[in-house]
Formats: sequence, C-alpha cells, structure tokens
Amino acid sequence: MKPRLIVSRQIPPAVAARIRAEFDCPWPEGRDMTADDVIAALTQTNADALMLTSHLKFGAEIIARLPATVKIAATCSVGFEHIDVAAAKARGLPVTNTPDVLTDCTADLTFMLILAACRRAHEYDGIMRAGWRRGYGLGEMLGLKVSGKRLGILGLGRIGQAVAARARGFGMQILYSHPRRLPPEQEHGATYFASFDEMLPHCDILTLHARSGPETAGIMDAGKFSRLPKGAVFVNAARGNLVDEDALLAALTSGHLFAAGLDVFNNEPAFDLRFAALDNVFLVPHMGSATVETRNAMGMRALDNIQAVLAGKPPIDPLWS
Amino acid sequence: MPKPTLLVTRRLPAGVEARASRDYQARLNPEDSPRTGADILRLSQGADAILCCPAEKLDAATIGALPASIKVLGTFSVGYDHIDLAAARMRALPVVNTPDVLSVATAEIAMLLILSASRRAGEGERLLRAGQWTGWCPTQLIGAAVSGRRLGIFGMGRIGRELARMAAAFGMIVHYYNRTRLPPDLEGTAMYHDDEDKFLSICDVISLNAPGGDGTRRWLNAERIAKLPPNAVVINTARGTLVDDAALIDALTTGRVAFAGLDVYDGEPRLNPGYLTLENAVLLPHLGSNTKQTRDAMGNLALDGIDAILAGREPRNLVK
Repeated sequence: MKPRLIVSRQIPPAVAARIRAEFDCPWPEGRDMTADDVIAALTQTNADALMLTSHLKFGAEIIARLPATVKIAATCSVGFEHIDVAAAKARGLPVTNTPDVLTDCTADLTFMLILAACRRAHEYDGIMRAGWRRGYGLGEMLGLKVSGKRLGILGLGRIGQAVAARARGFGMQILYSHPRRLPPEQEHGATYFASFDEMLPHCDILTLHARSGPETAGIMDAGKFSRLPKGAVFVNAARGNLVDEDALLAALTSGHLFAAGLDVFNNEPAFDLRFAALDNVFLVPHMGSATVETRNAMGMRALDNIQAVLAGKPPIDPLWS
Repeated sequence: MPKPTLLVTRRLPAGVEARASRDYQARLNPEDSPRTGADILRLSQGADAILCCPAEKLDAATIGALPASIKVLGTFSVGYDHIDLAAARMRALPVVNTPDVLSVATAEIAMLLILSASRRAGEGERLLRAGQWTGWCPTQLIGAAVSGRRLGIFGMGRIGRELARMAAAFGMIVHYYNRTRLPPDLEGTAMYHDDEDKFLSICDVISLNAPGGDGTRRWLNAERIAKLPPNAVVINTARGTLVDDAALIDALTTGRVAFAGLDVYDGEPRLNPGYLTLENAVLLPHLGSNTKQTRDAMGNLALDGIDAILAGREPRNLVK
C-alpha cells in the first residue's frame, strides 16, 4: 500500500508526477488550502505525511490539531519562519526543509537585482513600454557600473558565498560580516568585518543573506542605512523582516541610496505600495527560487525527506534533532 | 595660435564638454537636438573636426559633401555602421571610435538581460507595480535557471569575452561562434564552434555580440531560430540589424523562443511595436554603455583620438 500524503499548495507537474507514482494522494497537483482545509484533509484520509509551503502558517495550534497518523511535515522552502519548530519537537513530529537546492537560483536572482538596481532597469523598461520614440542624450539616465565596485554581504552562508562567486566574475571587491570568520577556502579573499556597523561605510552595494530570526529582525534600520556611503545600492533577496521599510523608503526618497533591488518584503503579498511608486527600485515578487529546475528540486527534496521518515530512517534535512 | 574648431553633434557628459571647450572652439548642442546630414554639413563649415553619435547617418553623400577643412571624424560609440567607411577612405578622412571602454558596461547589460529574461523579472515587476500580487506559490512566474545552462556567444570580440567571463562566474557553460578561433589566453574556458548549425543547437541562451552592417543583417532569422533548442533565450546588446524582428516576435509569440532580452532594435528608437506587448521580452532602450564612468571614458577617448589626428599622430582608436 502506498503511503498517504496531503499537499497544501499547488506544485510543479514533475513533482505531481512523482507523487502519483509513489503516494496515495487525493490531489497530487496540490491545491491551495487553509489550515482548516489541511486538518480536514489529513483527518479524512488518515494521512501519513504533509507537504507544505510558507503559505501555510504551521504554528502550535495547527500542530496540536494534527491527527496522530501524521508522521512528518515537510516544507518546500529553505526558510521555516512559518513553522513552530519547538511545538513540532514537543509533539515528536519530524519537520524538514529543502536547503542547498535553491542556492544557485537565489544567487542568480540576487545578482540580477544588483544589476537591475544599478543599471536602472525599471526606468528603462518604462521607457520601452511607453514606446521609446525619443533618443537619450549621452549624459542622460546614467546608471552605475557594477564591475569593480565594493560589494558588502551580510551573512556569508551558502547563498552569500554563491553571490560572492558571481561578483568575482565582475572584478568586485567582496566584504562580509558574519557571526564568525570563515576559513580561507570559503572566504576566497573576501574581507571580514566582525562589526556590521564598521563594514557599512565601505559598501558601494550591500546585499543581505543573513538568517532571519530575533537577532536580525529589523537589522537594517535608519542608523544602518545612514552608515552606507551616499549613492549606495541596497539589495534584499533574503527575508523582508530584516529591514525597517520606513527607513529604507526614507533613504530611497532622500537620495541617500541610489537605488534598491527587492525580492522580499515585510508583509507579503500585501507589500507596502509606497515602494511601487518609486522609480529607483527594482521589485520582484519573492522569486528567488522560481525556476523550473529549482522548484522541481525543492519538491523532490521534500518528498525524499518524507520517504526517508516513512521508511523508518532519519530525515535528511531535520529542523530539530 | 587659435584653437581648432570642433563640431559636437549632441550633448555630451559635462566633463567631456568642458574638455572640448578648453581645447577647441567647440560648437556644442546644449538643446541636444537631433542632427540630420544636412544639419551636419551646415554646422561643420569652417570646422576642423566632428564628434558625432550613432544616431546620425554619415552616408557617402554626406561625407562627400563635408567641408575640406574637416580633418577627422570621431564617433561617440564603438560601432561605426552609421558611417560609410569607404566614402571616408575615398576622401582620406580618418575616423576614430571608442573601443574597449564600454565593453564591461555593455557586457553587464547582456548579463542583466540573460538573468531578467530567464527569470521573468519584467513580469514580476509589473505584477508588483500594479498591486496585483496575490501571494507566493510554488508555480507562479516560474522561469528558467541560469546557472548550469549553455550560453552561446555569436561574435567573440571584446564585449563577448567580458560577457563570457561574467557568465562563467554564474556557472554557465560558455560556447562561441566566431570567424576565427581565439588564442588560448583570450578563449579561456569557452568552447569554439566553426559549424553554425552545431553552435545554434547548443544555445540554451544565445547572445548576439557581433558587429552590425551588411554582413550580419538579419542574421538571426526564422531559419536559424528553428535550429535553437526548445525554450531558448535570445539576447541582443549589439545591433538591432542582426535580428529579423518579425521572425523573433513570431517565435516569442508561439513560445518557440521562451524569452528574449533586447537592448537594440532595427530602426530604433522606432522599434517594431510587436515587441511592446510581449510579456516574455525584457526591453531596454539601447543603454548598454549608460554609466557615468563609461560615458566619460568614451568621450575622453574620442577626444584623445581627435587631438592625436590634429597633432599629426596616429591614435590607438583609429578605425582601420
């Protein structure tokens, strides 16, 4: 008999095909469920496993209501702010995420934001969609060249290191701040700053790749933005809650920042629409991992975790141990 | 000795105009009005040199009618397909351009277009600006990965080589098609193709970096598009004339080509309106060299070349 699975959100076709082959699942393509829908579906099907995304707030309350048949909950994401890991642990429920597989695509998108913000891609796109029709003078609408600039990275984990590797292709000087200094084979000549504050005045471009948590919530506040050099560029493809958005908006409208590139926001999807009125920002809707290849890999990794636990083995990517 | 007279056809960055006014009787264009061939003939009477831009067509008739006092023609661009070189040669008029200094800035735009076309950034941007974002979902706006894909570069000159270096840092596998194979130090890890069909068949992403002109006119046509792999991505930061617009628009509409990223267009700025409504095309208004640092360097290099010719020296940026 195949194990029974519930999927709480729409998933890519290749992942659905594997679910059809390996699981007993009423909606293998996934469908968008509320917490109540999830509990009802798990209960009605005596499900063994739940595959979820950050769409579902997986807090203590929903964990307490899970039927006893559920042996694992696997999120299709690297971030797990939506999961109450302590509550899952207290119940003895393995919960897993999908690290590694989205590193390259997230780093690619981060670098796209760096290029798009520096080279004024939003404004240029606006010119085109309006039909262009007028040539620009040789001193008009100038952007910033990325090559050779100093790139500051907050958090040199897997994604931060992948961004640094791309930046080296542009001859950029890499600075980083991280809880500890990394060994030379991960540092690749980057300059370490124990103090984030001390790094900021040296960053022509700053990109965030820090873990989200109480110690980093709102870390980019007005004081931090003011320590960046005038005309700096700010990029965030990590988590929206790292940023005090009022402070960011003020820095963008005062001209202290030249531009920003943002993939994540404090309140998603109902993000602060004041950003949408600015010309010097490039905005994308949390698309760091949005490639066919990566979304498939994330789904497969979540299923690998589920299969491991249901086979009595330890999970591959446990969030508690 | 009086300063020589220089006609500058368009407004230039402030630092470059200051240098021109210091060293020349500079005839500037503070209103930045477009100049026709007739305007240039009228304004260049009695001048020693002209600094023009790619927007002006210096055809055989215009060059043939230039005043005899003109000793050098500079262009504020690396490309010179707007200048009839044969006519300049007939008249023994040296032409100087601005090579090298814009290679990196232009390659940055090519890399930006590879990323933003593949990752559907234009669609994402428009969704957010319209306030229509309804939430994250694993199947929304799914693009194509960039890391690990094969990039084919058509034309491996300076800009192509800068792009190859950048793309390799993204884990792309770089191939190139060129008249001649590059020496190993310039080739790096890029794989050379002398067979056009084979080259086209491996281009998950194809970037056009060849010069314009008659030899490459409408090079990317329906027949060549048909030889690309399914879901290919087309990038053009070189010259609009390299692409058969109707064929590319058709391929983008049917999905034969998944995404395109374009900075240049045939007939720009009056580009084919078929592009304007395509969601899977990322469009930029020919601003490959548009950084302050680069524009200043271009202006200074063009002036270096004009200075040298008027002083009887051969400049390094003489078009041969």
